Amino acid sequence: MNVVTLKHIGKTYHLDAVDVPALIDIDLEIRPNCFTVISGPSGSGKTTLLNLIGCIDQPDSGEVIVAGEAVQTLSDDALSDFRARHIGFIFQNFNLLPVLTVRENVEYPLLLARVPAAERKARVAALIEAVGLSDKAGNFPGELSGGQRQRVAIARALAPSPNLVLADEPTANLDSHTGAAIIALMREMQREHHVTFVFSSHDPKVLAEADDAVMIRDGRIENIERREQRGEEAT
Amino acid sequence: MRTVSLALRNLLRNRRRSITTLLAMVIGAVTILVFGGYSRNITLSLQTSYVMRGGHLQIQRQDYFLYGSGNPAAYGISDYQKVIDVVARDPVLAPMLTAVTPTISLGGIAGNFAAGVSRTVIGAGVVVADRNRMRGWNDYGLPMNIPPSALTGSAADAVVIGNGVARVLELCEPLGVPNCKKHAQAEAEAGVAAPADITALAALESRPAATAGEARIEILAANVHGAPNVASLRVVKAERQGFKELDDMYVGMHLAQAQRLLYGGEKPQATAVVLQLAHTRQIPAAKARLAELLASTLKGQPLEVQDFEALNPFYGQAVGMFAAIFGFMAVLIGAIVLFTVGNTMSMAVIERTAEIGTLRAMGLRRSGIRRLFMVEAMLLGVIGAVAGVAAALCVAWLVNHAGLTWVPPGQADPVPLTVRVWGETAMMIGSAALLAVVAVISAWWPARRAARMRIVDALRHV
Repeated sequence: MNVVTLKHIGKTYHLDAVDVPALIDIDLEIRPNCFTVISGPSGSGKTTLLNLIGCIDQPDSGEVIVAGEAVQTLSDDALSDFRARHIGFIFQNFNLLPVLTVRENVEYPLLLARVPAAERKARVAALIEAVGLSDKAGNFPGELSGGQRQRVAIARALAPSPNLVLADEPTANLDSHTGAAIIALMREMQREHHVTFVFSSHDPKVLAEADDAVMIRDGRIENIERREQRGEEAT
Repeated sequence: MRTVSLALRNLLRNRRRSITTLLAMVIGAVTILVFGGYSRNITLSLQTSYVMRGGHLQIQRQDYFLYGSGNPAAYGISDYQKVIDVVARDPVLAPMLTAVTPTISLGGIAGNFAAGVSRTVIGAGVVVADRNRMRGWNDYGLPMNIPPSALTGSAADAVVIGNGVARVLELCEPLGVPNCKKHAQAEAEAGVAAPADITALAALESRPAATAGEARIEILAANVHGAPNVASLRVVKAERQGFKELDDMYVGMHLAQAQRLLYGGEKPQATAVVLQLAHTRQIPAAKARLAELLASTLKGQPLEVQDFEALNPFYGQAVGMFAAIFGFMAVLIGAIVLFTVGNTMSMAVIERTAEIGTLRAMGLRRSGIRRLFMVEAMLLGVIGAVAGVAAALCVAWLVNHAGLTWVPPGQADPVPLTVRVWGETAMMIGSAALLAVVAVISAWWPARRAARMRIVDALRHV
């Protein structure tokens, strides 16, 4: 079963007296355990599409199904609970909570998902080790480099064992070397945790890593390229 | 993350702003509590003064309170000793009492006929030993040092007068009253000879010879039949009374002397039986018991009970006035705290907009966002209120130990200026709770705004 199914999605922004269509009649299926990249020029609708998939915005028309759930039927509280259980987020600006340590940042989504303390502790320690920050577990985000912060964000996104991790241009604020390392880490974590990663990027290195690449332009899907179609072996 | 821990860390994130907000709350709390302690001290001083002078309750003949001052002789309690005995021996009332004593109030004219001056006076006849016991009443531990009555151990014809009476009757010199004009000057300005009929009545009174430096006055009062009665009395002391009106009219004397003036050779009566209780809070219980006694054991006498608040309307007015000022100040300070904390929380919401979006995206419900900001405001409120109470206690301690004095309303002598905060638990808890609640209320609107943000808009915020 697909992790995400979008049917005839439309979304228009109303800026003063002008209507700006962001997404037009989008149909998209995102396969499980895939590394899916949404790519396109600025203003093409990548972030809007990601927001809809992440259930933090609503379409004007069409249907969004995530992890088998028609999310538009859920109340705001139910949708919050749904996100806490099924979706992890990685942001371009990291968006870590500055008053919490690395350990506490990774633990926070587990508290929202009401994971028992012992399991929480074990899972947090494993994730921090997996992203290579065991020696920084007690540090605050302000004491970390950009790459380290994004590693914390990856660990935080994976903490509740979600079906889906969304990343909006996760390497945009990193230098190319660190960006490449982060992409490699995400790829590794995706394989290890068998989770679907969907992120927006126009970085060719990211596109090269993708199982599926969704090309979007002017609010419409221009092309979907599967790894199989590129003659490579799907992971 | 435990909401309280997260809220506390968020407060520490912008220390300067949190401290400024707390400072506003501390100043507010100190203002409320120090003024509250000051006004509380005034009302307790007033209460103590009235209770020392007139007890908590008075048993009077019916309608004496409304009509008796014009004709006290006609409104006496004929069998007052029985009333005293019944009250003093009552198993319910006895444990509450510190004094039960008869008293007489009378009106008359006091004259220093040797100097040719006179004036209307209000006389009070008292049992001196009982009154001295009543002067020791200090249920609130006020810094008072009230000496025994000047009538203590004095002869039956001794009286104490107000300084104002002494001035008008030109007795300043023998009584050592300050701020008096010279006798000759006063005489030249206003000296008028006593009326001939008063002089004749005074001549009928067997008058002891005045010794050198002794102050004597003659008091003329109407007896129970409306006939004039005159007594020549020796002034043992002039004392300043709390109110000018009283100071100009007060004459205190032994009960027996007052009874002779009002009732002559007839059976002596009292215009009231004064009850002083150990504690003011016992008034309702004592009144209830007295009502039972008046309806049973003392049914034969037409009596009623008045409490000190009814007898001294100024007390209620003063308490009401201070309560109104206190309430007004509390509302003003509450408003200042409301806007200060509200502004702080609004700024926090604006600064943390992206963070709010992140938390919501991760699955924190709207109610969780609301709770986070409300808890921050509650912490601010609680810390501010506790610090405010502690600061108010320090300020009160400093004031109380600064050696300042003042003359409270209704009192004659200066007393130490006291701000009564310590021990006023209800006031401290009430003020602290008010500030904490106001702080939480002030966060409601910013917290609601934060909770209702669209996630995508919040995440876009820079």
